[in-house]
Amino acid sequence: MAVCIAVIAKENYPLYIRSVPTQNELKFHYTVHTSLDVVEEKISAVGKSLGDQRELYLGLLYPTEDYKVYGYVTNSKVKFVIVVDSSNTSLRDNEIRSMFRKLHNSFTDVMCNPFHNPGDQIQSKAFDGIVSGMMVQTG
Amino acid sequence: MADESLFDFLHMEIVSHVYKEQQAGKGEMDNKDRAVCVSVLESMGFRVGQGLIERLTRDSPSFKDELDVMKFVCKDFWTKVFRRQVDNLRTNHQGTYVLQDNKFSLLTQLSNGKQYLDQAPKYLAFSCGVVRGALSNLGMDSVVTAEVSVMPSCKFQVVIQKL
Repeated sequence: MAVCIAVIAKENYPLYIRSVPTQNELKFHYTVHTSLDVVEEKISAVGKSLGDQRELYLGLLYPTEDYKVYGYVTNSKVKFVIVVDSSNTSLRDNEIRSMFRKLHNSFTDVMCNPFHNPGDQIQSKAFDGIVSGMMVQTG
Repeated sequence: MADESLFDFLHMEIVSHVYKEQQAGKGEMDNKDRAVCVSVLESMGFRVGQGLIERLTRDSPSFKDELDVMKFVCKDFWTKVFRRQVDNLRTNHQGTYVLQDNKFSLLTQLSNGKQYLDQAPKYLAFSCGVVRGALSNLGMDSVVTAEVSVMPSCKFQVVIQKL
């Protein structure tokens, strides 16, 4: 279960960011912002290795003492960042991958919505629903 | 089987509607009006292209370089959108690509030779927009133009804008 989920546009501004409300939200915004550097590094590193199959899933970006940050980049250079609690060690890689899959599918639906302009904040209720399903249930 | 014609008919009606709207009130259409119609159609196509490419590249791995992206556009993208592959891709390796389709699906119903050649550009504006939108979402700003010499074959020229 994620503690914070963020969608970042290719120009590196947030399209959607949501965190568990009980905590200090600014801290999460900051964590996501710093993870962008790591994402950029991973994207350019993959470019140099000339692999044939280049993955969209970037894996664990970096661990902090409380949290682990995972990243995923789409072909249109939109980045998804998921922050999970470090104490929740039962979350396997596969589960994180499937969370990203769901996010990507939902994001694709948002993009195809004619009332949504690419580059605007995401205001889709369906997307909100998917994200809520993935966040830690509080109380 | 009928699904293929659905979009063809819708597209023809979109083109005719945009031109009628522009002409409403005025008797004659001058070049400025024609340019407005073409840019309306092209911007419609742009938004469609952006959404489409998000859906179509969802599962494919990242692209290595510009040429890789153009090859994807010519094969997978063209197949999904226009139901065939581009017949010929030429490039000068400096950002200009020419895609030639010998049986462009939106033009096949118009004619099989030189008849209605002057009407053809109207029906290509939307598709130019789709290609431009697709490339823009993949990170490549471009200018896409189309030309027809013999129907239904047409050439799309893509010039990648480098900053």
